[in-house]
Amino acid sequence: MDVLIYLIPIALFMGGLGLVGFLWSLKSGQYEDLDGAAQRILLDDDLENSERAED
Amino acid sequence: MTTLTTLDDELGCPSGLEPAHQGGTADPAPFVRRKDGVSTLELLVFGAKCAGCISKIEGGLNSVPGVDSARLNLSTGKLAVTWRDKAVDPRAIVSKVTSLGYRAAPFDPASAAGDKDVEGRALLRALAVAGFAAANIMLLSVAVWAGVNGEMGPATRELMHYISGAIAIPAAAYAGRPFFRSAFGALKNGHANMDVPISLAVILALGLSIYETIHGGVEAYFDAAVMLLFFLLIGRYLDHRLRAKARAAARDLLALQATTATRLGAGGELQSISTRDIHPGDTLILSPGDRAPADGEVIEGRSNVDLSLVTGESAPAVLEPGNKLHAGVLNLSSRLVMRATKTADDSLIADLTRLIEAGEQSKSRYRRLADKAASLYVPIVHTLAAATFLVWFFILDAGVRVSMMNAIAVLIITCPCALGLAAPAVQVVATGRLFRAGVLVKSGDALERLSEVDTMIFDKTGTLTYGRQRVSNLGDIPWSALEGAASLARISRHPLSRAIVASAGPGKGAPGAVEHQGFGIEGEVDGVKARLGRADWVGASTASGDATEVWYVRGDEPPVRFTFDDELRPDARETIDTLKARGLSVTMLSGDQEAPAQKIAAALGGVEYRARLTPQEKIGELQKLSAAGAKAAMVGDGLNDAPSLAAAHASLSPGTAADASQAAADFVYQGEKLAPIVEAFDVSRLARRRMLENFAFAAVYNLFAAPLAAFGFVTPLIAALAMSSSSIIVTLNALRLAKTQPRKR
Repeated sequence: MDVLIYLIPIALFMGGLGLVGFLWSLKSGQYEDLDGAAQRILLDDDLENSERAED
Repeated sequence: MTTLTTLDDELGCPSGLEPAHQGGTADPAPFVRRKDGVSTLELLVFGAKCAGCISKIEGGLNSVPGVDSARLNLSTGKLAVTWRDKAVDPRAIVSKVTSLGYRAAPFDPASAAGDKDVEGRALLRALAVAGFAAANIMLLSVAVWAGVNGEMGPATRELMHYISGAIAIPAAAYAGRPFFRSAFGALKNGHANMDVPISLAVILALGLSIYETIHGGVEAYFDAAVMLLFFLLIGRYLDHRLRAKARAAARDLLALQATTATRLGAGGELQSISTRDIHPGDTLILSPGDRAPADGEVIEGRSNVDLSLVTGESAPAVLEPGNKLHAGVLNLSSRLVMRATKTADDSLIADLTRLIEAGEQSKSRYRRLADKAASLYVPIVHTLAAATFLVWFFILDAGVRVSMMNAIAVLIITCPCALGLAAPAVQVVATGRLFRAGVLVKSGDALERLSEVDTMIFDKTGTLTYGRQRVSNLGDIPWSALEGAASLARISRHPLSRAIVASAGPGKGAPGAVEHQGFGIEGEVDGVKARLGRADWVGASTASGDATEVWYVRGDEPPVRFTFDDELRPDARETIDTLKARGLSVTMLSGDQEAPAQKIAAALGGVEYRARLTPQEKIGELQKLSAAGAKAAMVGDGLNDAPSLAAAHASLSPGTAADASQAAADFVYQGEKLAPIVEAFDVSRLARRRMLENFAFAAVYNLFAAPLAAFGFVTPLIAALAMSSSSIIVTLNALRLAKTQPRKR
């Protein structure tokens, strides 16, 4: 059962990573505009004109 | 590239989800915030629905020279624009948005200050921490439970308990704060709320588990304590989000009342001022499309005005110099100059606002079902836990440790996971379903109040009817006369002219036609002089009847009479009949004259009605009803309805209503039809039934679980299973609401 010495800290570390990730995303305002985020992916204003699909 | 160019040519939402809006622009200058040389303006944009809208609005504003950034939040409809000081005229920003086909209103930063949802974020963080802790402790606990028959050595088990404790104690200390704080506050004031048994259970369970761990005991409740917090925080967060959404909707509407007025300065220059800065004696300009910002007197100009939002009268009126006008009157046809006689705060609208606030205060005393359940639950559970301890300690002589353990088991297993989730889960599902049906729920307990209603009260103008005029005697009018009258009417913004144009369809305006304010329109139709207007002005005899009328005369031809009425919404009769079939009594209260009210009442199958009511009298009617023991819901749209909307047990208002009415109502429904009213009523009744089912389930569950705990049969494993399964069951029951179709008649 010695392996627990490694496994439990690894499990906690990975869980903690998820928690920190969530708190970071909350803090950086990623839940402020859920509808907008869903729609903005459809915009192609980050492409050069030549890359845009012609109609 | 063709798509993009057509996008910019079209007005409004390119997906066609929302009609384009065209209208006057307010000057947002008083609402610009300046900081470190950067100006920021927040606008509330209506009608933005899709990615095309985002790109159109942001792209359009970024092309305005001087604008640094423009960002549209599609969820809240708020558009934040920043620029270097003085680089841009804020009016150019509003008019740019308007020219793209969206309605934009400046947002008062003062009322938007409470925008950041601090409490919700704290709850979400607590929820994340509790979730993390619950998952990891459960990982360890499952191992302990699996090894209970000797497969796991005591040393390993102890290690598991120590690790669990090391996670649970800081996590509970952090995630439990909302409950501890509220429980402490309640105890300080000398009463107990739901959070007292919750806090007690968590603290005692943790304390006992620490004791057991140190003394090498078998059972620890670390998982139960944290899971309890996790489930309750879910319910708490759902409840909070619902209330925050309702509050935000109400606040946005209030912020919209931050409007501007145009004042004529001493030197004859025009100034744009906030309505709050209007003083008695100020000279104000009302362009067509403006609402009077304060009570006052007309000193120049002559124009048609729409009183429907103020008094509920459907027929337009004419204002001349010397006439008094109330705040909220909409100027329709030509420029008016008025002198304010009161400040905006003392005007009619402000009186109505005060009546609204009084109504809302009485509503805030409403006790929700969940509160009632909690007030029953708290004393029972405390007594039971105390009795368990006393019986085991004194009668069964079991010693402090076992007695304490069983008393804590009672607290944990009866803990109100199901109770805390039951109401918020149902409300979230119900509001979501109503939102899809086009009904915005503006207050957390609105659903409960609407479900208790036994009387429906309707306003007439704008609610049961469209609130606009329609030619009612089309059958009697020769086509040539209709076409001639329409060609004159096309040059006018008068509501009766528009009604004639709407009946005649598209066509050309009469060349050289002139509008004489208050009389009518004169011009040439097919080369012959013609007049459209008042009977005495066109030279016709004033015929019988009290209907709103207009006469048309062309050359020597006999005069033609046009009569008008306010068109009933197509499903008004059906809606009323459905509501009656649901066992509600229906009454119509109108501020309009007797004759039109009677006509509508008859068209609706003879509903009860009162006409010519002032806002105060409408409230009086409501009070009479509630004194007689009835619970009335009010449906209305006018400013004159707003106080009764606030005073009624529950209230609904259409999306076309005055801002103050939308702010006062519990539900705001969209669309031309009245069907959403029935849907809101049905869903609220279903939601109430689901809630009662959930409470009943929680009661039955406790009836079985509490004795088991009291007799000492409950292990941490059973507690964990019972708690999670009861929470899942109430959530699933709430989700059923998303699908159930309301009973058909």
